[in-house]
Amino acid sequence: MEAGHGMGSYAYRELMHRIASRRWPRVHARVSRDGLGTLAFLLPLLVIFGVFSWFPIIRAFVMSIQETNLVSDPTFVGLDNFARVWADPLFSTAISNTAYFALLALIVGYPIPIVLAVIMSEARRGKGLFSALAYLPVVVPPVVSVLLWRVFFDAGPNGVFNTMLGWVGLGPLPWLQNATSAMPSIVIEATWAAAGGTVIIYLAALLSVPPELYDAAEVDGASIWQKIWHVTLPQMRGVLFVTLILQLIATAQLFTEPFLFTGGGPATSTTTVLLLIYRYAFQNSLGGEYGMAAALSVMLAAFLAAFTAVYFWLTRSWSTSS
Amino acid sequence: MILLSLGRRAPGTPTQVDRGIVSAADWRRRRIRWTLRFIQGATLLFLLVVGLGPLLWMAKSSITPTQDTLRMPMALWPHGFDLSYFATAWTRTHIDRYLLNTVWIAFGSWIVQIVVATTGGYALSVLRPRFHRLLTGLVLATLFVPSIVLLVPLYLTVVDMPLVHFRMIDSFWAVWLPAGASAFNVVVIKRFFDNLPREIFEAARVDGAGPFQLFWRIVLPMSRPIIGVVSVFAVIATWKDYLWPMLVLRNPNLQPLSVRLPILQPTTQLDIFIAALTISSLIPIALFLLFQRLFLHGPGLSGAIKG
Repeated sequence: MEAGHGMGSYAYRELMHRIASRRWPRVHARVSRDGLGTLAFLLPLLVIFGVFSWFPIIRAFVMSIQETNLVSDPTFVGLDNFARVWADPLFSTAISNTAYFALLALIVGYPIPIVLAVIMSEARRGKGLFSALAYLPVVVPPVVSVLLWRVFFDAGPNGVFNTMLGWVGLGPLPWLQNATSAMPSIVIEATWAAAGGTVIIYLAALLSVPPELYDAAEVDGASIWQKIWHVTLPQMRGVLFVTLILQLIATAQLFTEPFLFTGGGPATSTTTVLLLIYRYAFQNSLGGEYGMAAALSVMLAAFLAAFTAVYFWLTRSWSTSS
Repeated sequence: MILLSLGRRAPGTPTQVDRGIVSAADWRRRRIRWTLRFIQGATLLFLLVVGLGPLLWMAKSSITPTQDTLRMPMALWPHGFDLSYFATAWTRTHIDRYLLNTVWIAFGSWIVQIVVATTGGYALSVLRPRFHRLLTGLVLATLFVPSIVLLVPLYLTVVDMPLVHFRMIDSFWAVWLPAGASAFNVVVIKRFFDNLPREIFEAARVDGAGPFQLFWRIVLPMSRPIIGVVSVFAVIATWKDYLWPMLVLRNPNLQPLSVRLPILQPTTQLDIFIAALTISSLIPIALFLLFQRLFLHGPGLSGAIKG
């Protein structure tokens, strides 16, 4: 993870080059440590982060206990927004859908990159080709992937996937058109779009497994399977734990896929928490329920923070460093 | 470049250094060798079909008439070869305008991100004002706040900016300025600056260089590689963005491809629409192929970008 590693020599060469090739003009006005110059450099960061990051974060918490609309001044309503979200029948649907999505994505999407990375790292030739192919879906803009996969998921017998199923005598499946199969379909696309990024992380982690450990395992007569099981995976457990929680956090915040694939349907089978937040704030005919949207986002963030904390606390003894 | 040092082992250790799970002895055994070759071949085939397949299908279908694609979607070879769908998508569906919007949005976001990250990183790392630790902490803290928390309050901020009451909806500023608040950029650039040798700053100060000269003539020229890395990731991230531009750019004439494509799908002929999809993915894929090493060897970077 150390991006700056190995830079010393680069900087040193650059330094020598600069010293050799430049003359510095003599300017005698010294600027003190906390002078105007420093402030000038800090200003863009302070303004941009202040207005577009720190202020909105605080405002989210304030808004969750206020009634906000674009016309009149906000009024304090206590926990009313939370109560209204809690009372919304879609709330529990959205939570179970999001949990279901996260679970499916974990089952389908978590083992694939590990298997791919272990196989790819053993390739003697063409490693670059392997990883470029695996990473390619990650660089396709998500909107393009979703719209393309919507064509693939065509429910007619001549749809792309249904044609392929037809070759082996299966199908046709309704894919996105059916409440049961819609979510798994979205999971397949989301896994396709994200797996490559994780593969690249694992490939780097595999390189840092000390080769002596394999030598030692061979002295003890370990087979390839045993080496993977007793050396490789335990050595990667720090990375594996982190990618697991990162994947869960990412799946809990999925928006583009369900929004563009199904818009939350059929019925409410793919309405996730993020879709519900969006609906409260921006799809309300009575005007934006900004307070409810803020309350639900705060709840989601608090849940994710608590979940992450518990997760790291539970795994602290197994994990290596992170 | 710098990122490539990652994962390389120290030179000088003898031959066995580059071994993986499978030992040289394993490789010499015929059964294992053939099994491994088979698994690797199957994996390569799988990656070709799954990674490249959908994109090839997209490319094929953008030169194939809608009828053919609908009737035989998996036909290997296009029936005819017709580039006119690209032309139609470009002119009649106005993909040219949306592509230009996307480029323009990416360009502005890139400038804002680079200005904020380099000046901020420089102030926090090199100039170190009194509260630099606290400020760095505050920047870092935003990495741990899920972006969804910001969505609604940020939207209201852009609708009516506090104090100045400036409305940015339907203006590129609504995408450009918030893009600058990327803690990831600031952290990466600050860490790079932290590792630059302090002696050179001291030497420059002794020679009378002020903070501006130090920044412009020493720090920036030395940071070209990291600025390149941040730039590539910034452009790709802006290109991928959907929800935010959809919320703040309501005027179709200003919308980027990502916002426009879903609206176009129901009313556009399939062949033309897929040609439009192909056009939309060309630049990100080209950037990836050009800068492959950044993506594939800088996992610390690609993994840390939050959605």
